[in-house]
Amino acid sequence: MAYSMDGEKVNVQRLIEEKQNSNKWRVRMEKVVPFILFLIASISIVTTIGIMYILLKESMQFFKEVSIIEFFTGTVLKPLSSEASFGVLPLLMGTLISTTIAMLVALPVGLMSAIYLSEYAPDRIRRICKPLLEVLAGIPTIVYGFFAFTFVTPILKHIIPELEATNILSPGIVMGVMIIPMIASLSEDAMSAVPNTMREGALALGATKLEVVFKIVIPGALSGIIASVVLALSRAIGETMIVTIASGSTKNFTLDVTQSMQTMTAYIVEVTGGDAPAGSTIYYSLYAVAMTLFVFTLVMNLFATFISKKWRYQYE
Amino acid sequence: MTIHYISASERGTRMKMRIIINELAKYLFLLATLFGIVVLGILLYQIFADGFSWLNIDFLTNKLSTDAEKAGILGAILGTLWLMLVVAPVTMILGVGTAIYLEMYAKKGKIQSIIQTNISNLAGIPSIVYGILGMTVFVRTLQLGNIVLAGGLTMALLILPITIVASQEALRAIPASLSEASYGMGATKWQTIKNIVLPAALPSILTGAILSLSRAIGETAPLVVIGIPALLIPLPGSIFDKFTVLPVQIYYWTLDSTMIKEYANLAAAAIIVLLALLLILNLTAIIIRNKFQKTY
Repeated sequence: MAYSMDGEKVNVQRLIEEKQNSNKWRVRMEKVVPFILFLIASISIVTTIGIMYILLKESMQFFKEVSIIEFFTGTVLKPLSSEASFGVLPLLMGTLISTTIAMLVALPVGLMSAIYLSEYAPDRIRRICKPLLEVLAGIPTIVYGFFAFTFVTPILKHIIPELEATNILSPGIVMGVMIIPMIASLSEDAMSAVPNTMREGALALGATKLEVVFKIVIPGALSGIIASVVLALSRAIGETMIVTIASGSTKNFTLDVTQSMQTMTAYIVEVTGGDAPAGSTIYYSLYAVAMTLFVFTLVMNLFATFISKKWRYQYE
Repeated sequence: MTIHYISASERGTRMKMRIIINELAKYLFLLATLFGIVVLGILLYQIFADGFSWLNIDFLTNKLSTDAEKAGILGAILGTLWLMLVVAPVTMILGVGTAIYLEMYAKKGKIQSIIQTNISNLAGIPSIVYGILGMTVFVRTLQLGNIVLAGGLTMALLILPITIVASQEALRAIPASLSEASYGMGATKWQTIKNIVLPAALPSILTGAILSLSRAIGETAPLVVIGIPALLIPLPGSIFDKFTVLPVQIYYWTLDSTMIKEYANLAAAAIIVLLALLLILNLTAIIIRNKFQKTY
């Protein structure tokens, strides 16, 4: 028997037992916790597998009813007609055109912004401009869709009278504005990573700042710049709400940007919004289109990762 | 090789040209930077011009109505809140749990690198594909229907990669000396994580979680795919009710504005509310970061 400081009797034997029991529990926790955490971590893997499994399985169902060749070479998409035709090319064309327009806006503007922010801007201006560009990146896409539909399209109509109320040009431009911050900030990161000694070397040889930019900084940051462009591209391909709102749902196979065209993403929204009965060919076409979209973006993302890892010039 | 000399005067003109071009380029680059900011200004101005006069207490507290004068967004606001009630805990538990596993437990090797690569690929999948996942798994296979729970789980998966990466960075910023001190006192690994590392990383984790939540609040496409009806529905009262959210409501109003012009104003007013909500969330994140974050 021992006594505690308050003078009470204390059973040492029991104290030791309690201590050992709690240790046992602790030891068990040490084994259980990592296992639970591993299960949690594997949910991200399950998600990927789930997405691929669903897309593959339901696409297979679709390709039982529509031949894969017809799907990828057909220029007519008429899912609701009595003589239904499922060619994905109009959707691919819509995505290609909207993405091209977006890149025509975002590529020059984004890269020039990156150059300005990384090479020319005084600290004070950089500190104002960068957060503002981040705000631009944080605005929900639905807001851009509203902007394209109710503001940009009417303005463009003044310039191009034959523009339709829903057209691919206006969402393309607005999508370009949306991805400017992405190209600007990722490219700026890459340019800032080029060491100053290289710039100073060129300046000392008498180069102007512009020459330093084009002959030293851009070549040195090329892998990062390309990666940022590819990521922006993949973002534009997957963008949904802007094109759904402002480009309508006409499945045109054309190069005329004043017309309404449908992208892959907008088609998915149209079909699911229309409550296509499960099991119908239209319903399965959804998955085939989503599969195509998924493969496109996945390839681009993997490519971007590959470039920024393998091609990066390692500075000392 | 022949050496080509140029006269001093020609060198002078060339130098002058190079300097002028450099100056011009500088202003061109500045103009490009301002372009994005000017568009941002026009966008915000346009939305306030369209919607600000429609924004009042009635708009915030009325239910949805086909009559533009009476229509309000109470249902959409409640829907957004209910949705966050599902998204926040699910994405926090999954995100922080994954981050702890990857940073603290996983051995540097195959499994860890597979999970890590997978996460960065998940972040690049278009949101609409998550919508299809949610529609197929939660709405149809598990037969939940288009209720808050189904939408919330879909959104939680969508923002999971961002939450994981943010939490990982937060955990990585905690210096090893802290946990080593804890081990030195005889604490076990889990005790150290629970009592030392997590509390220290909490402000950064919260900041990241709030920022990814604000992404979920603005997302439209996955919820449209899941099938939120454009019809008038009763106010949601639990996570098992049908619901609508602000972005989806904005979407339907914008689409219908070709028929009823006032719907464009309603959409603009709802956008102001949505942007205000996002602003509040982002400010909260910034305040948490500045107030509680320690640099070690």
